[in-house]
Amino acid sequence: MAVDESYPGDLKYHREHDWARLEGDTATLGITWYAQDALGEIVHYEPPAAGSSLARDESYGEVESVKAVSDLIAPLSGEVVEVNQKVVEAPETINADPYGEGWLVKVRLSDPGEVDDLLDVQAYKQLLEEQ
Amino acid sequence: MQTLRRTPLYERHAALGARLVPFAGWEMPVQYSSITEEHRAVRTTAGVFDVSHMGQLELAGGGAHEYLQARLTNDLDRIGAGQAQYTLLTNEQGGIVDDLIAYRRGDDGYLLIVNASNVETDHAALSETRDVSAEWALLAVQGPEALSRLGTDVDPFTFREDDVLGVRCLVAGTGYTGERGCELGCDPDDAPTLWDAIVERGVTPCGLGARDTLRLEACYPLHGNDITPERTPIEAGLGWACALDKDFTGVDVLRRQKEAGPAEKLVAFVMDETGIPRQGMAIDEGGEVTSGSLSPMLNKGIGLGYVRAELAQPETKLTIDVRGRPKTAHVVKKPIYKREEGG
Repeated sequence: MAVDESYPGDLKYHREHDWARLEGDTATLGITWYAQDALGEIVHYEPPAAGSSLARDESYGEVESVKAVSDLIAPLSGEVVEVNQKVVEAPETINADPYGEGWLVKVRLSDPGEVDDLLDVQAYKQLLEEQ
Repeated sequence: MQTLRRTPLYERHAALGARLVPFAGWEMPVQYSSITEEHRAVRTTAGVFDVSHMGQLELAGGGAHEYLQARLTNDLDRIGAGQAQYTLLTNEQGGIVDDLIAYRRGDDGYLLIVNASNVETDHAALSETRDVSAEWALLAVQGPEALSRLGTDVDPFTFREDDVLGVRCLVAGTGYTGERGCELGCDPDDAPTLWDAIVERGVTPCGLGARDTLRLEACYPLHGNDITPERTPIEAGLGWACALDKDFTGVDVLRRQKEAGPAEKLVAFVMDETGIPRQGMAIDEGGEVTSGSLSPMLNKGIGLGYVRAELAQPETKLTIDVRGRPKTAHVVKKPIYKREEGG
């Protein structure tokens, strides 16, 4: 299950260890390598409902390992347009491919300007070094 | 902050890349590779756990048998030298101070193996005993192939002194996983040698994470979660470990409660929906989850919890409040999981 530590340069990062991949006015969201490694093998993904609203910095769902529960923190505000059903059915996909097959939701952004407040990869790696 | 204690196998855990966490004042491995992989190793082949944090109390001679017989719930007259017994220490209210295993070493000699977090409390309640915890390392080797990989055999709830893989041990047919296997007590200085020899036999190192999911599938209560000084053995379904025809601390309360029937009972349950029960979650019909996890064997949420006695029958529907989301479950007969013999 374990993959090597990585933080792609084309993503934006939130300090609660979530990432966003921007495509026009939509974004794909997931959790970083660091987050999945800290949790260990993920055994449950509690997703938001399609059509529900996400508020930046607030919880939009949960992932659970055998031992622990972790809130998913929205890096950006918007409306859920798609939930990754593959991850609902096989949550370990997050461990195997956190930035690809293990994405969690796609959202239509309500305030694209929020993107400017996210971290780029250098700033996120800096944050990890400080932890 | 209090400094965490380390077992004689700390260096081994660190070298294996274990994730180490504080547990009952000790720095213990919670997992090496993955909790579910370690769990499955114990269910299918064999796993080894460092449980050297557990406590050992000793009492021999001078009426040791009578002393313990008057303070522990189970009947020590039912075992002889070389036999072990699951038993409880109770308070005046009949609440469970600790659960432990008594190893009878002779007519008038016992070794008690107790929970790490309760060593001081137990020693205070059993003040005649000697706390010899520092003289023991303890490894649990568990699984259908555990004994054959060690080249030894021991019947459940018996023990003897013997050499295992070249190390002098107390070899006991006890454990906390629901599988056959043994626990090996040895001199702390010999523990790394014994650990290495066991791992060389292809036995998987397992952490406290897998120990917890294994014991939960087997429905062994965990003191501090499922059994506490506020809960009685009658409520916890441990009446079988209480000889109510003899005298011990709190026996009157337990006799009355058994007669009247407890208001609440500890039940095992399996989730019908996705969602994982956790300690402290409310059971909407009336009750509370005391242990919960994902079962690696069933791939479903499982748990133990106290419910009103009328809800304790198998197949009774329960609703677990999973952080505000009601998720349905049903009561099952204990244990939650048992491997088919020979399977």
